[in-house]
This record gives sequence, C-alpha cells and structure tokens, in this order.
Amino acid sequence: MTVHAKTEHTKGSGTTWVGRSIRRLEDPALVSGRGRFTADLPAAHWVRFVRSHVAAGTIDSIDAPDGIGMVTASDLKGLKPIKPMLSKFNYVPIGQPILADSVVRFTGECIAAVYAPSKDQAEDFADEVNVAITETMPLTDARVALADDAPRVHAGTQHNVIVEGHIATPKFEDAWVSADRIVRVEARSRRQNATPMEARAGHAVYDPLTERVTLTCTTQMPHLTRTAVCDILGIPESELRVIAPDVGGGFGQKMSLAPEYVLLVWLARHLRSSVAWTEDRRENLIASFHSRDQYVELEGAFDGNGKLLALRGDIVANIGAYSCFPTTCGVEPLMALAELPGPYDVRAYDCRSRGVMTNTCPMAPYRGVSRPVITFVLERLMDKAAGAFGIEPTELRRRNLIDTFPYTSATGLVFDDGTYRETMEMAIKAIGLGAFRKRQEAARLQGRYLGIGFATFSERTGYGSPAFAARGMEITPGFETVILTVDPSGFVEARIGSSPHGQGLRTSLAQIIADEIGVDPQFIKVVHGDTDRSPYGWGTFASRSLVLSGGASLMAAQKIRAKLLKMASHLLEASPEDIKLEAGAAHVIGTDRSVTIASMARAAYHQTHIFKGEIEPGLSENATYDPSGTFSNACHVAVVDVDIETGNVTLEKFLVAEDAGLIINPMIADGQVHGGVAQGIGNALLEEIIYDETGNIMTSTLADFLPPTAREIPEIELHHIETLTGNTITKAKGLGEGGAIGAPAAVISAINDALKPFDVSIDEMPATPQRIRAALRNSGKLP
Amino acid sequence: MTDKSDITLTINGKAHAIRVEARRTLADAIREECGQTGTHIGCEHGVCGACTVLVNGEPVRSCLMFAQQADGKQIRTVEGLARGDEMHVMQRAFMENHGLQCGFCTPGFLMLAVGVLERELDISDHDLVDVLSSNLCRCTGYQNIIKAVRAAAIEMRQS
Ligand code: FES
Ligand code: FES
Repeated sequence: MTVHAKTEHTKGSGTTWVGRSIRRLEDPALVSGRGRFTADLPAAHWVRFVRSHVAAGTIDSIDAPDGIGMVTASDLKGLKPIKPMLSKFNYVPIGQPILADSVVRFTGECIAAVYAPSKDQAEDFADEVNVAITETMPLTDARVALADDAPRVHAGTQHNVIVEGHIATPKFEDAWVSADRIVRVEARSRRQNATPMEARAGHAVYDPLTERVTLTCTTQMPHLTRTAVCDILGIPESELRVIAPDVGGGFGQKMSLAPEYVLLVWLARHLRSSVAWTEDRRENLIASFHSRDQYVELEGAFDGNGKLLALRGDIVANIGAYSCFPTTCGVEPLMALAELPGPYDVRAYDCRSRGVMTNTCPMAPYRGVSRPVITFVLERLMDKAAGAFGIEPTELRRRNLIDTFPYTSATGLVFDDGTYRETMEMAIKAIGLGAFRKRQEAARLQGRYLGIGFATFSERTGYGSPAFAARGMEITPGFETVILTVDPSGFVEARIGSSPHGQGLRTSLAQIIADEIGVDPQFIKVVHGDTDRSPYGWGTFASRSLVLSGGASLMAAQKIRAKLLKMASHLLEASPEDIKLEAGAAHVIGTDRSVTIASMARAAYHQTHIFKGEIEPGLSENATYDPSGTFSNACHVAVVDVDIETGNVTLEKFLVAEDAGLIINPMIADGQVHGGVAQGIGNALLEEIIYDETGNIMTSTLADFLPPTAREIPEIELHHIETLTGNTITKAKGLGEGGAIGAPAAVISAINDALKPFDVSIDEMPATPQRIRAALRNSGKLP
Repeated sequence: MTDKSDITLTINGKAHAIRVEARRTLADAIREECGQTGTHIGCEHGVCGACTVLVNGEPVRSCLMFAQQADGKQIRTVEGLARGDEMHVMQRAFMENHGLQCGFCTPGFLMLAVGVLERELDISDHDLVDVLSSNLCRCTGYQNIIKAVRAAAIEMRQS
C-alpha cells in the first residue's frame, strides 16, 4: 500500500511524465531471458582462483603439476598493488597485492590463478595446485586486535589501527556535567555480506587488431574500474574498455575494485586471448567484500525533560585485512563519526572512531554504509532514555528531532529542509500507536509478546565532489555528465556516466528528459556502463544516481529544448514563447502549425543552411552536475511478535513514512524502499558472517548465511511526503539506501519493546533466536 | 571425469544433441552447451532458485540435476515463455507490478510461478507465498513479486 500525501508537479498540465508510475523500459528484455550478464559471455579460457585456506600465515611453496596454466605473484612483478589513499585522519596506506606475495592475510585471499579451456577443467586444475602455508595466529576480532600485545596484520600500524578520527565540540564537558541523566548503550553489529543474487564475474578479451582489452564485469563503477586497472598495470586508459552489462544487484559490494579483475586483464593481454571468471557463491561469501562489523559505545547526557544535551561515543570498525578502493576502509568508521548524531539536535559531541585491521575479508560499503549501524545504536540509546524517563519512545524523539532548517549539526553537516517530525507523526498515526499499546497489553496477559519499534533517521544523499573531497579522498567521486543527442533520424540517446544495476534509472531519466523535449520516454535510449560509449562518471552508489544523473539529464535536456524552440521558431515563423514541444513535435500554440522533432533533427545535421548561420549545426548537448548534496529522511516502524520459547521473531507489520523530495517514478521509488527494508530486516534478524577462532568462515553457503525469503518479509506500508528541495535541480533527494538504514533499528527496537517484561536489552544485530533466547535465559524471568 | 555421453536436451520444443561429462549440471548444459543464458546461476547449491526451469512440467533447480538426468525430457526455460511477440501472462504481470529490479532472479521466479500455477491453479494466496519463499531475491523485498504472481493467477483462472 502506498499513500502519497502531497504530490505537486510543477509543469502545470498534470500530464508530465515525471511523477508517473510508468512501466520500466528495462523490463521486456529481462523477463524474456534476453538480459545480458557477464557470465553469459563465452571465453577461450576459464580462470579459477586458488585461495588461501588459512587466515594468516606465510606461503612456503606453490606447486602445480606440469602442463597447468598458472599465474602467481612472481609472474606479476612490476604490477602495483591496490593502494587507496586518504590524506587525513592518521591514515596508514596499505597495499593489497593482486595475488598474495609471501604472506596471506585472510581466508579466501587469492594466491594463484589457473586457466583452462573449460570451467570444469579449471576447477580440476585448481584442485591440483598445492599451497604450503606456515600458519600464524589470526586476528578476527577488532577489539582483540587493539590489544598492546596483539600481532600486527600489517607492519607499520599502531594497534592495527589504519584510520582514526576524533570530533569534539568546544565546551563539551560543560554540557556533560550539566545533565540530569546519563544513558549508555554498548552495541555490536555483526559482520554481513551484501549478497547480490549475481555474484561477481569478469570477462576480458584482447583484440589483436586494436591491441585493446575489453573487460566486461559486474561493477557499479565502470570508469573508475578502468582507471584503477590501468594504473595498476601501468597502461594508458585508452587501451582498456570496461563494460558493465546487466548487473544482478550490487548493493555496494560491486563498487570496490576486485583484484580478480586486474588479473583477468593482465592475463588477457598475456595470452592475447579471452579469459573469464565467474565467482561461485562460496567465494562470494568468504572473499567478496564484507560489511557492518562494528562495536559502538555511546552515552547520551539528557536534561530533566529528556532533551539530549551531549553525546559521547567510541566506534571500532573491523575493516578486515586490506583497504578497499576507491572509498578506502575509512568509509565506515569516518562516516559513522560524522553522521552519528543523525536527525537529533545535539550541540555537544565527543566521539572517536577507529578502523582496525584484522585477518578477515576486507570491508567495503554496503547499502546504507555505516548508517544502518549508527541508526541502530542511536535509536537504542533513545529507547533506553525513554525507558529511563518513563515516556513513550516517540515522545522522547519528539523532544529531540531537528525541526528548523537549514540546520548545522555538531559535526558540521548542513541539513536542508526535511520532515523529521512530520514523518514520525505520520507513522504514529498510520500505525495506530495508542490502539497498539492496548493490544500489546492484552496480548501479554495471554503470554504473547508483541512489540513496536520506531526508527527515525536522516540519509545524506546526492552529494558531489565537495563532500568527498572533505573526506580527504585522493580519488574524489562526484560529478555526473550526460550527453544528450537527437541523431539525424530523430532518435534520442542519453549517454550517462552513471551505471545502474537494477534501479530502473534508465526509465526515470527518460521521464525527466521526456518532459523537457516533448517525446515519449520509450523513444529515449539511455546508454550506460560502457567506457567507450558513456562519458566519464562515477557510477551508482550512495543514493546518488537519480539526483546527479537526473540533474545532468535535466540540464542537457533544457539545452536541447532551447535549441529545438529556436529551430522551430525559424521554421514555423513564430516566436519561441508561442511554441510548445509535445508528442514529438513543436506546435504553435493555438494553431495547427507544427514541425516534428525528427524533421528538425534532420535539418540540424543535413540542412544547416536554412538556419542562416544563426543556429549551430548538430543537435547534441552535454551537461555536468556536481551538487553539494541533500538529506532524505524517514521514520520506520516495525511491529513484531516474539516467541519467547524459541526466540523466533515474526514481523507482523512494517511501515515507512519517508521524504525523498520529488518522486520521479513512484512505482520505482516504492520498489527501492521495499528492497532496502527487506535487506534491513535480514540484517536485523538473520544475516551473519561467522568466523571461527582460526579465521575460517562457518557461513560459506546460502544455507548458513541467510538472506530473508518471501515468508519473512511482511507487507510494507509506504507513506510519502515530498519536500521539494532547493538543493537539487530536479527537486529529488535520492532514496536507494534509506530502506536498509532504518529497518534494522526499527526491528530491534520492536524486539526490545516486546521483551520489556523480562528487563533484557538486545544490543546486537542480527538478533537471532539464539541471542534472544540467551538474553531471556539470563534474565531469570522466564515464566 | 572426462568420459562424455551423447544426450538430447529438448528445450522449449527444440532438440539439442549435445555431448557432456557425467558431472555436467543441467544448468551449465542449458547455458553453455545449448546457449540459452536466460537461466541464471546464483549459488550452485540449490538454495537461491535462480536456476529454476520446468522439467516435464515440474519446477526443478537445474543446478541440482545432472544434464544426463534430463536426457529426453521436456525442458522449459524463460526463453520459451512468450509466444512470439506476445508475452506470457506471468511476464506481463511482473512488468506491470514491478516484480523485478536487477532481473537476475527473475527467470527463476517466472518459471517457479508458471510451473506451480499450471499444476495447481487454485492454490491459495497463503500457499503461493510458501512456494515463492523457495527462491531468493535480493532486490525487490518480494512484495511486488507476490503481487505479480497473484495478479497472473487471477488472469490465468479467468482465461
Ligand atoms: S543456482 Fe540453483 S538454486 Fe541457486
Ligand atoms: S530482482 Fe534482483 S535479485 Fe531479484
């Protein structure tokens, strides 16, 4: 169910494409089995990686029987390691070799690559490779790694800390001591894996004619993949073409550079042939990027009315054995540090955040980046504070949510107009909080434990290069470019730098462009994910594509529109103000005089003389957009039923009241929220990567690492408010990650609410049945 | 492991005479030997359902079946759903209800849903969710998949 509270679309006629749930242009191919995914491509050689079976150690020998095509680190001399840079926060630059060179640092690290004419044979070959490793004591827990006497994962770090930040506002202590009540929470988010249904895959083919390699791979950032691979190989970027074809979900995992892709390009050049690798699910679970592994200690100082005066925190992020490219491993700990106060007004802040290396798979961004964890922790604090003050959790939030804009946070973030309070009030009303409390009470009398949990949060979205530059990233993502062309046949093509993987971006951008130039979206082709065809851009991550590519699309379309009006004015002998663009033609308003866009396009290329030199030939415009960013916000509500005998949690209901600015395509927007919420529910209840004490992964299949199924996800009720932000030119704010940010906090809050009679606190996610049962047993209050 | 046998896979009515090792899975054979890449592989251990196809009308996980076991049987894959340019009710329902995002799990869900409804058109809404819970989707949160399958079921019952 979806309710649109306010939908004002500015073009007046009510017939704009923007704001309509049109069907996705992407779908016909995908539902017909005609999608084109990386693993669909044939290759002459199949590659299989030989991976470390231990978490820490030194390689003594690598032996393969004669006749096996194998590459090891000794073949790759001269190749640079992957070494993402950050010029800030005591960052220690650490290089990751493409293949482990003498030392292995996590289970699953690539040691060698073998190749054979078939996938099966490559697997057989890999089995025949013998790697002897002298094991050393691995570190899997970040807090253990911080100990004085802990071994070092890499030489040159203090206490295995690779990145560190500290923010303290002046007069913090004054605020702290003036408080009436201190509330404390110590929370942990376990390690998780984004688990896109398509695991990673790469395919590299060498073209002897041009001496170029084309790498087709499952990346969210094709241009940056090209830059990184070429830097490492030391070749000009013109020698590599990177294609991201249909990509089967990414959620951040396909944003960071996979060392495997570098090896594939190297091998294609070396063999002068085509090579392919398809990651299997086990590789994906043990050796693709992980996320979320954080401990947070948080204390809030409140005045007598429950107003938060000061916030003190300590964040420890387990970033694994290497730093990911391009964001670096600072992405989780530093974002947590800057954004921890969330949507609450708090003037005094003192927080330290550290990224700690361990012998585990490297950490990288995953949908929501850091905010699912900090929102969970902060909302635990708010719930505990509400308990301490004896008031409804929503009442405590009401007293603390930001409500004047623009608002500058204690960490220096500037929030544009948002609806932090309004979305919460909307959610309270829609869920029927009062009636729920009555039902809850009645159920408890019958031994049923229902709970409700609210999570309010802000989601920083759509930011360009200034925001990334402020983080000190050497590679500073940001702008997006769109090249919009009406070709001589009248066909419209938008070539974009961004590279979607399931978000329906092609459709949404076509809607934006269609409104400007008066053609049906189905006639607009959006080209992406090919460095030979699309302009340099950054890709799809951080809820940014629609904001940035959408903004650039609008700007380019406005230029085309202006030119079309000028041409029509010549051809129709009317002033541009009297002409409207509609249904593929320019019409003189109030007359039957018109000229089609197709015929104007032809004239723009083939009969330029008719414009008497007053209009430039051709019909192509480009635009680049690099905004400062904006904030979406939402309130999530979960209603749960906890079975105290089994620890099983059933979600009765999930509700979202959200504000992501102008909604371009409501159907697509709702789908993004559904998907994010489902991932958040999985994060809250089920998904956990478990290492044993030797650094081996116990959750290497989908029977052990458990994404939710259709049975665990309830119907999600959505409500929208559309605050038309002035910070983006389309007035859209971006919403790809929000679902995943709020859901874990709401679900765990609801579980704690349900378990109130037992006086327990579940401060760990996922809140598995085992953890819930353990807490209940320890409470000594089980009936 | 290199002994190969000659088998015939009949996919969407078309016979493919191929030669495969005993260990070749049906999923790999459909994709690589027969070039029908619409069937996807998400886990190769029988959990995700992305590889679901119909074998003699039954939805099966083609990663858990050897190609030789399907010798001579009727296999239907996503490529065979549409009649020429006319999409299958289920395909239309997925598009109309936004039952897909990245589209990677979609062929498996389409075949699962079609297979179940062809056998049991009167299946209850509740049981339908149970059946759909045998495949994984990471993008949609399932809600729109369920909606799509229910809509298609209604249409299939009417016609
Ligand atoms: S690929 Fe067959 S069930 Fe996952
Ligand atoms: S649509 Fe992406 S996995 Fe289902």
